[in-house]
Amino acid sequence: MSANYLLKRADFIFKNDNDWEDVLKKSLSRTPNELINELISSELKGRGGAGFPTGLKWKLSSEEKADEKFVICNADEGEPGTFKDREILSRVPFKVLTAIAICGYVIGAKKGFIYLRGEYFFLKNELNKAISEFEFFCKEIKFDFSIKIFMGSGAYICGEETALFESMEGKRGEPRNKPPFPSVSGYMGKPTVINNVETLAHTFTIFKYGSKRFYDLGVQFSRGTKLFSVSGDTPKPGIYELELGMSLSDFVEEFGDDDTKAVQVGGASGFLVPRKKFAETSIGFQGKLVGISLPTGGSMMIFNSSRSMYNVLDNYLNFFAEESCGQCTPCRVGCQQLLRGIKAVKRGEKNAQYLDKLLKLAETMQFTAKCGLGQSVANSFASIVENFREEMIY
Amino acid sequence: MEKKKINITIDGQSFQIGAGKTILEGCREIGVKIPSLCYLKDVSSNASCGICVVEVKGAKSLVRSCVTQASEGMEVKTHSPAINQARITNLELLLANHPKDCLICERNGNCELQDLCALLGIKETPYEQTKPVEKIDDTSLALVRNPQKCILCGRCVAVCADVQSVYAIDFAGRGLKSKIATWQERGLGNVACTNCGQCALVCPTAAIVEKDDSKQILNDIYDDGKIVIVQTAPAIRVGIGEAMGMSEGALVTGKMVAALRKLGFDKVFDTQFTADLTIMEEGYELIKRLTTNGTLPMVTSCSPGWIKFIEHFYPKSLDHLSTCKSPQQMFGAVAKTYYAEKMGIDPRRLVVVSIMPCTAKKYECKRPEMNSAFHYWKEKMNLQDKENFYDVDYVLTTRELAKMFKLTGVDFENLQEEDFDHPLGISTGAGVIFAATGGVMEAAVRTAYEVVTGSPLKNLDLKVVRGFEGIKEAELDLNGTKLKVAVAHTLKNARVLLDEIEEGKSPYAFIEVMTCPGGCLGGGGQPIPTTWSIRQKRADSIYREDSLKPVRKSHENPAIKAIYDEFLKDPLGHISHELLHTEYVERGIY
Repeated sequence: MSANYLLKRADFIFKNDNDWEDVLKKSLSRTPNELINELISSELKGRGGAGFPTGLKWKLSSEEKADEKFVICNADEGEPGTFKDREILSRVPFKVLTAIAICGYVIGAKKGFIYLRGEYFFLKNELNKAISEFEFFCKEIKFDFSIKIFMGSGAYICGEETALFESMEGKRGEPRNKPPFPSVSGYMGKPTVINNVETLAHTFTIFKYGSKRFYDLGVQFSRGTKLFSVSGDTPKPGIYELELGMSLSDFVEEFGDDDTKAVQVGGASGFLVPRKKFAETSIGFQGKLVGISLPTGGSMMIFNSSRSMYNVLDNYLNFFAEESCGQCTPCRVGCQQLLRGIKAVKRGEKNAQYLDKLLKLAETMQFTAKCGLGQSVANSFASIVENFREEMIY
Repeated sequence: MEKKKINITIDGQSFQIGAGKTILEGCREIGVKIPSLCYLKDVSSNASCGICVVEVKGAKSLVRSCVTQASEGMEVKTHSPAINQARITNLELLLANHPKDCLICERNGNCELQDLCALLGIKETPYEQTKPVEKIDDTSLALVRNPQKCILCGRCVAVCADVQSVYAIDFAGRGLKSKIATWQERGLGNVACTNCGQCALVCPTAAIVEKDDSKQILNDIYDDGKIVIVQTAPAIRVGIGEAMGMSEGALVTGKMVAALRKLGFDKVFDTQFTADLTIMEEGYELIKRLTTNGTLPMVTSCSPGWIKFIEHFYPKSLDHLSTCKSPQQMFGAVAKTYYAEKMGIDPRRLVVVSIMPCTAKKYECKRPEMNSAFHYWKEKMNLQDKENFYDVDYVLTTRELAKMFKLTGVDFENLQEEDFDHPLGISTGAGVIFAATGGVMEAAVRTAYEVVTGSPLKNLDLKVVRGFEGIKEAELDLNGTKLKVAVAHTLKNARVLLDEIEEGKSPYAFIEVMTCPGGCLGGGGQPIPTTWSIRQKRADSIYREDSLKPVRKSHENPAIKAIYDEFLKDPLGHISHELLHTEYVERGIY
């Protein structure tokens, strides 16, 4: 990509889904391997934020031998500043249902689940209606597949895939030790594909138009489009589908309020980028194309100069201290200590050098926390403290 | 078959280790000790503490060596600046919420957290306490939980659920409010806890310990108005040596007796005496059930954790339990009747102390029905109800006894060996093996065979019921009558046999159940650590003691013959019924 890359809007995800029956029938007429290859050549990566190649994920599960397998749609959209999945589920639910079923066909699963965030209870009725219609059609074409909604109960950690399985199994929502990975041993110990809502919606696009259409969008390592939940100090908050690879300066030019001080990319667990680094930062999954490249679940929080970065960090840390499952030491105690620590520095009870101790603590959390939650606290902590150190102290 | 080996690089050196091992176990095999805390072999691999982290080439973060399989060609670093920083930081984080009162802590000197601080050279505790203060749970007669000392390693939860299938404790709350809790915060004494104490045995700190009864005992020993006698369970003689700094599984019967005398007990007796008595009563009970169409299979009742377990979880099956009291309770009952009478001692002055490898015994001795001696004397001595006394007054675990020995300056290892007092200290090899899983079965067979067939048993060693397999079975031939028997240790294995009974599918006539892994020698009151290799060494000592005993069959114990002649008359007789047998309570789970 070039340094003068411009923001490119796209419109795939929310385009109407009334051709889902055709897409389903067409896909079921192809072999699982063809479908997997289609996904692999699209280079679609998981849209929940971690960016695992979706085609590979399906392939791994399809290769497992088991009496039962499952497909789970992760709709536990809990990252602060992210609100795209609920829009997908309310506006184009059939794309998601179709994608779940195609995945089931590919890996050999007969059951799919939607793990729906507790706070999205209001979506449940409409979604169930769509599921009934969908299942009816499956019966008509003699495709044996069912989808059930599983309601979450409000814990952020249950969006972590293995904690999600524990929650579905009726246990305390705590991440499991990995390996084994879900493709081998997921829900009920069976091979499971678990994909984010948006990822599934993209597979619909790929199966409908073919992988090339998708691959041609975006940039190397970061193909296709992505939904962005834009919030904060912006004149036009909302959800936007954009090609991946954009630079943050272009993004801010489009969405900022001419006074943007920093952008939090990827929600509370993501990175804060200060103004001076907008130009060298692009949004994507891998590789240092221009400066740094940040992966994201799509949350873009814009802060202008009226915002205190101390308050922003305090808010995030409160969130993490509350939402840590409490299982592993670095996350359980670490989140609390970071929170206490910045308060103590702010109040002058600890000197500024204590921030360096806390940065090391954050580093330990990043290297030794068991799951993404604890590992990613360091992202926002380090990026805020390093870039706005003076705001932490004075 | 030769075990498959894999090649692995540890800190730049090439090694071969057995395939299928974790990095941590593989490293231990070749003498590289990775510090760890929450991990406990065969019990828990929660991987929560973040201490055993190592670098693996290619991994983007540090990996937990306790749960990560070593694989061919893996390159591992077990120490580096990043690793050291991570270990020390995680330990500092744990210390933030752990009291620093080591000097006055029950586990001072035997605490894994303390050891780790020394190992990693912790010099400061830079973080403030963030955990809310929680109440000490002293609702149980056997165990005390101190949540302040808990580091949330999860071992107790794992052992309670995975080894015992009791589920009395579990994690509750999240984040900062995470804690180990009982159902509805009722406390261990008010939920379906069996008091087995395996949680205390695996706890790395003093977050769960046995209820300390040693101070009251010392007061009674120093009180000239009281006669304090002690009974020692079979498993103590292979455990107390360890706790006094000797080798694992050291057999120290004579030194233990000498030490107890030094401590000031007026008489030192042996629970093995009443183990022999149990065999008589239980053996005759089995024969009676077999010949009178009684409830079968009959299941042993020596292990109080097991008794409470069946009362909670399988109350419909209580008829299957032998009505015999445990050897500890039989001892208390005969000490305060037969022995008191024989010696002319006022039973109210007699204090009976038990040394047990067990925490559940603390609960057992305070069961309301365990006051047979009081009832025996009530009319004879015209006693008031308020003068009620228990058959057994105090129970000390092996660990508590070791502390008392240390307190009173007993130089254990250098003591001259001494013998138990008569008559309640005389026992056979059959009594010794009660300490190991399968031992009660083997002892019972030695007697039942001879009683039923009238001819001597040729081979006393019933090897098929020895060893640590979870459930063992055997078929016995008693003069043409074939009897199937089974032996289970751990409550999870007991569940399997109970489910068969409740489904009407149990093929057995007689079942032995021991609550703790390995039997009493692996009891919840035994020295820490207790591992499978240590259990094996204790078992070896137990069977050695059995083989050295001049008498190895309960019914040939002269003191047992005497107590029947002088006092009890017949097994299952009237006095036996009053003193040696008991009944059970339907508890349910809530």
